[in-house]
Amino acid sequence: MDKIETEQNMASTELPHVQLGKAPLPESPILLGWLRQMLLIREFEVRTMQAYQNRLIGGFCHVYIGQEAVAVGSIAAVNPDDPIVLAYRCHGHALARGMDPKYCMAEMFGRIGGCAKGKGGSMHMFDAPHHLYGGHGIVGAQTPLGAGLAFATKYEDEVLHDGKSQHVTLCYLGDGAINQGAFYEAMNLAGLFNLPVIFILENNRYSMGTAIERGTTMASELHTKSAAHGINHAIVDGKDVVSMYQSFKSIADWCREESRPFFVEAQTYRYKGHSMSDPRKYRTREEEAREEGSDCIDRLEKFLCDEHDLTTDGIKQLTRQVKTQVREAVDWAKNSPETPMDELYKDVYVDHWGPFTGTSKPEMLQGEDE
Amino acid sequence: MSERIIEFRDALCEAMSEEMRDDQKVFLLGEEVAQYNGAYKISKGMLDEFGPRRVIDTPISESGFSGMAIGAAMRGLRPIVEFMSWSFSLVAADPILNNAAKMLYMSGGQFGCPIVFRGNDGAGGQLGSTHSWCVESLYANVPGLKMAIPYDAYDAKGMLKTAIRDDNPVFFLESERLLSTTGHVPQEDYTVPFGQAFVRRQGTDCTLISFGRPLHFCFEAAEELAKEGIDCEIIDGRTIRPLDIDTMVKSVKKTNACVVVDQSWSFASIGSEVASQIHRYCFDDLDNFVHRVHSDDVPTPYASNLEQAYLPNTRKICEAVRSATYNT
Repeated sequence: MDKIETEQNMASTELPHVQLGKAPLPESPILLGWLRQMLLIREFEVRTMQAYQNRLIGGFCHVYIGQEAVAVGSIAAVNPDDPIVLAYRCHGHALARGMDPKYCMAEMFGRIGGCAKGKGGSMHMFDAPHHLYGGHGIVGAQTPLGAGLAFATKYEDEVLHDGKSQHVTLCYLGDGAINQGAFYEAMNLAGLFNLPVIFILENNRYSMGTAIERGTTMASELHTKSAAHGINHAIVDGKDVVSMYQSFKSIADWCREESRPFFVEAQTYRYKGHSMSDPRKYRTREEEAREEGSDCIDRLEKFLCDEHDLTTDGIKQLTRQVKTQVREAVDWAKNSPETPMDELYKDVYVDHWGPFTGTSKPEMLQGEDE
Repeated sequence: MSERIIEFRDALCEAMSEEMRDDQKVFLLGEEVAQYNGAYKISKGMLDEFGPRRVIDTPISESGFSGMAIGAAMRGLRPIVEFMSWSFSLVAADPILNNAAKMLYMSGGQFGCPIVFRGNDGAGGQLGSTHSWCVESLYANVPGLKMAIPYDAYDAKGMLKTAIRDDNPVFFLESERLLSTTGHVPQEDYTVPFGQAFVRRQGTDCTLISFGRPLHFCFEAAEELAKEGIDCEIIDGRTIRPLDIDTMVKSVKKTNACVVVDQSWSFASIGSEVASQIHRYCFDDLDNFVHRVHSDDVPTPYASNLEQAYLPNTRKICEAVRSATYNT
């Protein structure tokens, strides 16, 4: 018990020097898989915007175009049962984690076939079998949850199973969230309790219409914020999926081994507005063109053509495949029935009482054994 | 069977300890719960028994540790979060209301949140307004959570066990002023189910409905009123969500008069909700409108005399009962 106590109370005052090598790249088929995922996410988001304009999707809707490499590269670097939690720009991560696009689209359409039976919407993608603990709409609110998921895996591994902590949680946030108190509390707890969680700051440089320098101190040295909580950091090119993967593999392995948190700033850019109603008056078209000039998909395509025998025909074929897949997802979502009225009072409480009618699983989970 | 008399705080400790022995997924976290043995000594001895992995001292970081516990509950662990005071839960309003209470719904039934938030609620005695919150009216407005307020040691243990075993988030509101009270708590395992109000005093002339500490003043008032020939029935609602309106209605149909005693402020409160439901279900039975006794509609004052006048007290309850029963 003495040993454990020491460990729990070890809020280290010095950052251990961590030398992380870059993990080796996987084989070509895996790399092609990443390209396919990024193409899928982009096509999905294009069709999402169309559907929103056609009023098939309501509410707030935030698309991920431009940032695909962050989700794809980081998620590829961890195990399928490592938990993921994130903010409201969450379609891309859900697809990268393996959610069938039809459930994601149907959720936005507010249909019973949606991953949350149409009760969550665009900002709240959940997928239990894929260990995706949501999309969360309140900026920064997901960061204590991320610490909690890491707490839970550590508790399960060490207390319930009497072994070594062996999971790592991915907790994504935008650059707007770094000014929320919840994030600092989450980092403090993660540092204090040695929680294996990677806080992934997707720095797309704008929190809604506010450029990072206008809202954040030390905007060019964000790692100082994690260092203040005894958490190591890395800065990664978030528009390079290869770099994302290689860095994340090393970081995730280190977090798993050491049972410690990490802070990663993934530098990226969102091509579209913050949400569907954003005319982007706060930045220039020249800046956008410059950023789109180093597009993550273009870069992976070039890399694969140069070094892995991918051809233009191969790219076309992949593009056709994802277009078909997304079209089918949209059709499926359209044909999914409206969420029936008896769902209104379902999932409020697990049990039945008063007007509440217990809970049921979405179609996505049918056939899954818990 | 011989009586086993213990303190309210020890009843809470027994409930947590027994559930933690039975289920390794249950753990306790909060400020000063471990090495300090609890700011109010509720978790005394638990660190020694369960070790620091299951009895966890947190920094003063309510938003952070509440959110962390909710994340853990999403994976099926069963955290007990101690708020030193529910007054401090206000800085954790987002996680406890937005995440804990709504997770099951927003995830379409995929992720529940089996968690207990517990701690002191209400005026502790000259703490000033920021430390004297009664959160029940504020939080009970939110669907997805359950809310329980024990009055005696027996209920404290039985209801906390029910809370810990519940698969939904439970807001468990204790009163600092009740922690040292004593009562019979049986040795054997038992629980007190939610949604079952308890008739603590039988009477024929007026139904007094309350939750938690104000029940103490209801008993004092009932004794005083008995001398005047007014016979009060006292109902301990026990839980606010679920609310056992049936037991309350049954009583009012018998007494034809009702006073609700609620320590929160009057506007949009538990008291107004209960009164509204009694009016609806006992419309033809009531001889008078439902009277309500609350804390006065001002911030909680520090000065002792003002604070006593502010809280629902025996004098206010007696006046309300006399008025409701036309004995003025």
